[in-house]
Amino acid sequence: MTITFRSETFRDDFTFRNSLANIRRFPFPFDRDEYMYSVNMEPHVRGRKDTIFENLIDVDEHYVAEMQDRAMVLKEDPLRCQALPHMMTAQWDVLELLMEHQAQDYPEHFTLTKDGDRWRWINRPMGIDDTFTFGDPSTLPYPPMEYITRQAQGDFCIVDQRDNNLWMDAGMVTTQADWSLDFDIGMNFMEWHGPVPLAHQIGVFDRALKFLLNLQQGKPTRRLNWTMTVNPRLDTSPENYHKWGPDRLTVTPENVGQKMHLRVELQSLWRLPRSNAILFVIRCYLISLDELVTVPKWARRLPRVLQSLPPEIIDYKGLTRNRPIMIDWLAKYDDGAPTSAGIFPD
Amino acid sequence: MLVKGIKSRPEYKGLDVDRHAKRHLFVLEGEGAGALTDQVEVKGRDFLEKSEILYLPAGAAPKAYDVSLQALSPDVFWQAPTLQPMLFRLRACLEQARMGTRLYISGTEGFIGQIMQVALEYGMDFNSIHTEHRGSTARRVQCVHCKGITDNVTTSPFSCTHCALPLLVRDHYSRRLGAFQGVNIDAEEPGTAPQPEEMFP
Repeated sequence: MTITFRSETFRDDFTFRNSLANIRRFPFPFDRDEYMYSVNMEPHVRGRKDTIFENLIDVDEHYVAEMQDRAMVLKEDPLRCQALPHMMTAQWDVLELLMEHQAQDYPEHFTLTKDGDRWRWINRPMGIDDTFTFGDPSTLPYPPMEYITRQAQGDFCIVDQRDNNLWMDAGMVTTQADWSLDFDIGMNFMEWHGPVPLAHQIGVFDRALKFLLNLQQGKPTRRLNWTMTVNPRLDTSPENYHKWGPDRLTVTPENVGQKMHLRVELQSLWRLPRSNAILFVIRCYLISLDELVTVPKWARRLPRVLQSLPPEIIDYKGLTRNRPIMIDWLAKYDDGAPTSAGIFPD
Repeated sequence: MLVKGIKSRPEYKGLDVDRHAKRHLFVLEGEGAGALTDQVEVKGRDFLEKSEILYLPAGAAPKAYDVSLQALSPDVFWQAPTLQPMLFRLRACLEQARMGTRLYISGTEGFIGQIMQVALEYGMDFNSIHTEHRGSTARRVQCVHCKGITDNVTTSPFSCTHCALPLLVRDHYSRRLGAFQGVNIDAEEPGTAPQPEEMFP
């Protein structure tokens, strides 16, 4: 399947849009009419065709534009990509995993050829054709994690496992929902989740950690997470909060459909073969409310979910200011009819 | 007392002199001197002849803890004028340290964090280091925007000493940086920052 890559921006003039086909494959995260935290993990296996679950590493029409945006973020702030020195083996694990998946599932766009340790990687959408020695960082223009994650959608954390805990020891993080890799690097699982409200008390993180420590190679797992962002901005880092924060004041009942975006993260976790580390992929999908309400089931369900949120979560997700505007605007799409179970459009 | 329940902050469990250690290295700041003198009362004086004390008077100079520490007659007593020479001397100590050396740190949280950073550089496991909080609850804060660190922050919000943005002091601590996170408090409506409130006396 050949993807037509869009030419678009995630800053300044914000020309990002989803095609009709891409709207239908959006990972709407709410499988019922209300929301609460849970350890909503399931095996990361191939799902139905024409959804983001069709391939385990998804490449879509925003690929090229996202990679351009990432390059801009890194120019401004190189600390968005960091790896502690003991993570080199894990970096090569990640390079292999991403190259193999992209090449296998999108052969028109990516080709990986191996001749022993001599590998050739062709990335047609980005015009890259490199030959390098697997395991020798000096044969690549960047360290292996940075090299491949400049060519893969989503944020990437490589998590080391020791002392019965998981440690955030490497990452490429440029499309995050308000957390700082530079601040959190070197922290363990409980530490980096420290600021999340409610979930500690109800034991979500204890259960999630226990589950992840037992993650097996070849059996990745996934969950969806969500928040909302004004404008289709990928880089909502705390580093730049003073630059994007003022956007929150620009939402009005007239422009909310076009400005407010549901931001969904498909988080997948993979045990890596050589290092025994875990790759944590946080792939971000954006959809404007205007686009979202073209699917009647989602249009009915979203205002119900927003109504049901506990105050701590409204605050944590930065929704305090614009939630009433969204609910009012969405209300006209909710005819009160029941919604079907699950996340997919009817 | 420090605020409890901050998940990312190390616990300061208190000094507890390890009788089996071959050598004791105490790195103390201001009121932190009291953590050692309290140990002498509980554990006796035997460990002092195997002890090296590095002391930074900081704000507690008028209380003359240096006199009481010297009076303990440890193997080595050394007083630092400021933090920088203290860190230099500490590196020299850790460079030469043998197996069986125990590290004990006491003072304000910012001080403990910075001494801990040096110890981690030398490959010490943070779980094996004894720490005790004493003195002010002032925080060391990194501005998430410009990455500048401000020491001894007692209010929230406060103005970043590097980029001048008014920062909310978040209850999120990085051991690697030895600092809390400061995030612009009026990012959404510049100019609306509330008055600073004394939060960490």
